[in-house]
Amino acid sequence: MLVAIALALVAIGSVVFHVMSPWWWTPIASNWGYIDDTLIVTFWITGIAFTAIVLFLAYCVLRFRNRPGHRAEHEPENKRLEWWLTIGTTIGVAALLAPGLIVWHRFITVPPEATEIEIVGQQWQWSFRLPGRDGRLGAVSVRLIGPDNPLGIDPADPAGQDDVIVEGGELRLPIGRPVKVLLRAVDVLHNFYVPEFRAKMDMVPGQVTFFWFTPTRTGAFEAVCAELCGLGHAVMRGRVVVVEESEYHAWLERQPTFAPRLAAAQ
Amino acid sequence: MSAIILYIAVIGTIAAWWLSRQRLMAKPWLEVGVAGEAPGTGASEIPPAKLGLWVFLAVVGALLTLFVSAYLMRMHMSHDWRPLPTPWMLWFNTVLLALSSFGLHRAQVAARIGWRQGIEVGLIAGGLAALAFLAGQYLAWQQVMAEGFGVATNPSSSFFYLITAVHGLHLLGGLVALGRTTYRASRGAGLAQLRLSVELCATYWHFLLVAWIALFGLLLHG
Amino acid sequence: MSTTSDRLDGIPAAEVADVELYHPRSWITKYVFSQDAKIIGIQYALTATAIGLVALALSWLMRLQLGFPGVFDFITPAEYYQFITMHGMIMVVYLLTALFLGGFGNYLIPLMIGARDMVFPYVNMLSYWIYLVAVLVLAASFFAPGGPTGAGWTLYPPQAILSGTPGGQDWGILLMLLSLMLFIIGFTMGGLNYVVTVLQARARGMTLMRMPLTVWGIFTATVMALLAFPALFVSCVMMMLDRLLGTSFFMPALVEMGQRLNHDGGSPLLFQHLFWFFGHPEVYIVALPAFGIVSDLISTHARRNIFGYRQMVWAIVIIGALSFVVWAHHMYVSGMNPYFGFFFATTTLVIAVPTAIKVYNWLLTLWRGDIHLTVPMLFALAFIVTFVNGGLTGLFLGNVVVDVPLSDTMFVVAHFHMVMGVAPIFVIFGAIYHWYPKITGRMLNEAMGRIHFWVSFLGAYLIFFPMHYIGLLGVPRRYHEIGETAFVPASAHTLNAFISVMALIVGAAQILFLFNLAWSIRRGRPAGGNPWNATSLEWQTPETPPPHGNWGRDLPVVYRWAYDYSVPGAARDFIPQNQPPARAAE
Repeated sequence: MLVAIALALVAIGSVVFHVMSPWWWTPIASNWGYIDDTLIVTFWITGIAFTAIVLFLAYCVLRFRNRPGHRAEHEPENKRLEWWLTIGTTIGVAALLAPGLIVWHRFITVPPEATEIEIVGQQWQWSFRLPGRDGRLGAVSVRLIGPDNPLGIDPADPAGQDDVIVEGGELRLPIGRPVKVLLRAVDVLHNFYVPEFRAKMDMVPGQVTFFWFTPTRTGAFEAVCAELCGLGHAVMRGRVVVVEESEYHAWLERQPTFAPRLAAAQ
Repeated sequence: MSAIILYIAVIGTIAAWWLSRQRLMAKPWLEVGVAGEAPGTGASEIPPAKLGLWVFLAVVGALLTLFVSAYLMRMHMSHDWRPLPTPWMLWFNTVLLALSSFGLHRAQVAARIGWRQGIEVGLIAGGLAALAFLAGQYLAWQQVMAEGFGVATNPSSSFFYLITAVHGLHLLGGLVALGRTTYRASRGAGLAQLRLSVELCATYWHFLLVAWIALFGLLLHG
Repeated sequence: MSTTSDRLDGIPAAEVADVELYHPRSWITKYVFSQDAKIIGIQYALTATAIGLVALALSWLMRLQLGFPGVFDFITPAEYYQFITMHGMIMVVYLLTALFLGGFGNYLIPLMIGARDMVFPYVNMLSYWIYLVAVLVLAASFFAPGGPTGAGWTLYPPQAILSGTPGGQDWGILLMLLSLMLFIIGFTMGGLNYVVTVLQARARGMTLMRMPLTVWGIFTATVMALLAFPALFVSCVMMMLDRLLGTSFFMPALVEMGQRLNHDGGSPLLFQHLFWFFGHPEVYIVALPAFGIVSDLISTHARRNIFGYRQMVWAIVIIGALSFVVWAHHMYVSGMNPYFGFFFATTTLVIAVPTAIKVYNWLLTLWRGDIHLTVPMLFALAFIVTFVNGGLTGLFLGNVVVDVPLSDTMFVVAHFHMVMGVAPIFVIFGAIYHWYPKITGRMLNEAMGRIHFWVSFLGAYLIFFPMHYIGLLGVPRRYHEIGETAFVPASAHTLNAFISVMALIVGAAQILFLFNLAWSIRRGRPAGGNPWNATSLEWQTPETPPPHGNWGRDLPVVYRWAYDYSVPGAARDFIPQNQPPARAAE
């Protein structure tokens, strides 16, 4: 009896906790509402399955617990029942997978008009590189990294001369414009994660990874590192400020670019 | 990872074939009595040591295939791969290992017909050829080293040393078993027991020969 | 017992070993360097428990730091990372794998299939001693200069072997890699035994489809482990060479703290592929024995045949096979080719179907059963609840795009603790309460068992269920301190403190369990040979605890499957597997 009640309480309590929980995802600030929708679908399907299974368990414990004179029924299998359950499960799984794959396809298909920007992780700070007036980022190489050239930009590449470098500061982005974020790491794995944007991807030294999103809400957002990167992992924070387009350009104009910076250093 | 996936698929096919003969569709609750035991579904009749060796070879096969997978992935994931000059010694070594394998094959044949002297000659000849192979591998290392390829020079040479070392260590382990068998053969152990030991050694040797040829081919490819 | 006349035909000669062989001469060969699979199993279990207690204590320290940041300043970030790494690795490999396969595998396989012992007892003994050395090497890293590695249990390079990670440029990572390699060698020796014993030494009449699901689970998991562990071995060897000889298997060109290192061109993703090629099957290496054991617990204590035995067997085999093609679902946001996501999400969700069938069959075994709420049954029920919970959250993380916001958050921590921490541990508890009477001849104390159950079940659920919601907020895992973070409300810190308190309580309940284990050896109620009225062979041994050789003079002959409970027309509600047909009605 007690066991059946406890099991039922676990099922009902979990649902109540879920509904009442003040701990929920952050208000979204990007176009990835699709991901939230897929999550909601997943919560519904799995939530129903969980509650049904645990309540049925509680029912069985209550109804078929050992009592004098009670004997179990011998029933090795029931093909029809098994088929129905298998088909039902398959439908449930398909209902999860199909939207998941559709949204994933969107997630990895970068729109052609997206602006490329770059985020570089190193132990334990973030740097950002934004294209200057030409709208293109210059070539880079780890071998060129030095005190004067922290991101390893190729001085010979004309596209890189007007690149804007922000070291350890905050990243500014214009609202409503899709960005393709190129990700690099100079030492170990990192992962630039702003929960409000939902999107993330590891940065891997030796290769360039990416994700894309469109900021949909102005404001300042905190970024954390979401891939263990050593002792300073928890304090590796960054900030992204999403502003109106005009404000963004005014800010960009004021930033130092690569070529003069390198010249000054030399 | 395609090499290891292929390997797992082959193992899986063998397992599926075996399972398909174990009456997995039977309804065991309807079959009471010893009569429920259909032919071939009882315990295996192969001697445990033989079966154990085959399972072990499957594990070693997985290990080597994973090295092959890592080799191929590393080669294609980055652009720094420099082809390794293949030392001519490796060709010679391959012949030695084949001779070694042939020696054990002769020992196995001798064991089957009960020719004791033939067993000993085969085992000793096979063992010596295997030792020569290992020495030859060491010389091949020196040749590669002389070409300027150290362990950390390039992934091609790193893998060369690593893979030859792993293969050599397995052969070394086999030599311990071979030594024991030879010792027992010289002390006049029972023929039935000897027959099994020689057969196990021979199987292991043939496996290592095939593995070496595959690995050598891979090194040539790189 | 069978009649002796039909004993010899059909039994392979190797099996009718001379019973005289099974009389070890001295105390040392009986209890220390024993070749008896049952003793080896107990040795495995005790060693795994001992190192598991270290991991439990580490989890307390971690929870103290997480729940009450700043209060326990003796826990530095470096130590925190060392604690999580050692906790994770010990629990996954040295506790769960060793206990299920080395512990239960050794004890139960020969008994359940009606064999006298494993087929290679000497190799089996070596397997344990190498495992012990592996554990000691691992434990030694606590005392090595620089301490143990703090790279996280996944040991991802480059950070695992760089100086920004505790133990990266000291002894820590080397000892960890060495210990893992030893573990794999030791395991392979044991694994060969488990596989060949099941293939080779089954008693007469014990066809595969008459084997208890426990044996099916352990057998399949062992086959998987034999094929998956080499991947970990390969990654360990290659990382060791990167660290010691400066090769560039996994190490790309990089600049560490302003210093350009000599590595070039290596691929961190190559390591991740190899690691997870082992790592995902590893999850099922732990889960399949748990599935098997819990099936037997439920069937025995519900006095009902396991429902859908054939589907259960097929599901075990299918899950085992599929688990080799899902590994990259741990790598959706790793930077691998994003198109792999389609394939791996599909295979991952497909595996949910056979898994769900197993859950349904457990439920349908209880349905219309005669449920005895013994302590093993209670833990089996707790397993179903936690496993279903953790399995369903797996559908979030396996479904590629849903994983994107959740990966590397506390949601993942909550998920895998529920599904491969709490759930299998509950099976282990249930199994110990179930088989302890066979191992010692005495029952575990019931009252202590019930307290242990209630605290562990409700406590563990209260730890890990709310933790998912901290992950939903976006709090990353592996943070020694969340600190002031814009998106984390103050209430989340309170919840964290609550989780920590629960963790301490649940941990303390395990001490009661250990006390019970020790106390009941002498004070427990004498159990008799078959206290649960179970059908499978291990309960039919002539002596309890079974001596070396298990079966006395004659090997058992098997006449039926392992689930003849409550058969209509039978006098009692169970018919042992070795009971001849004519006598069933007696």
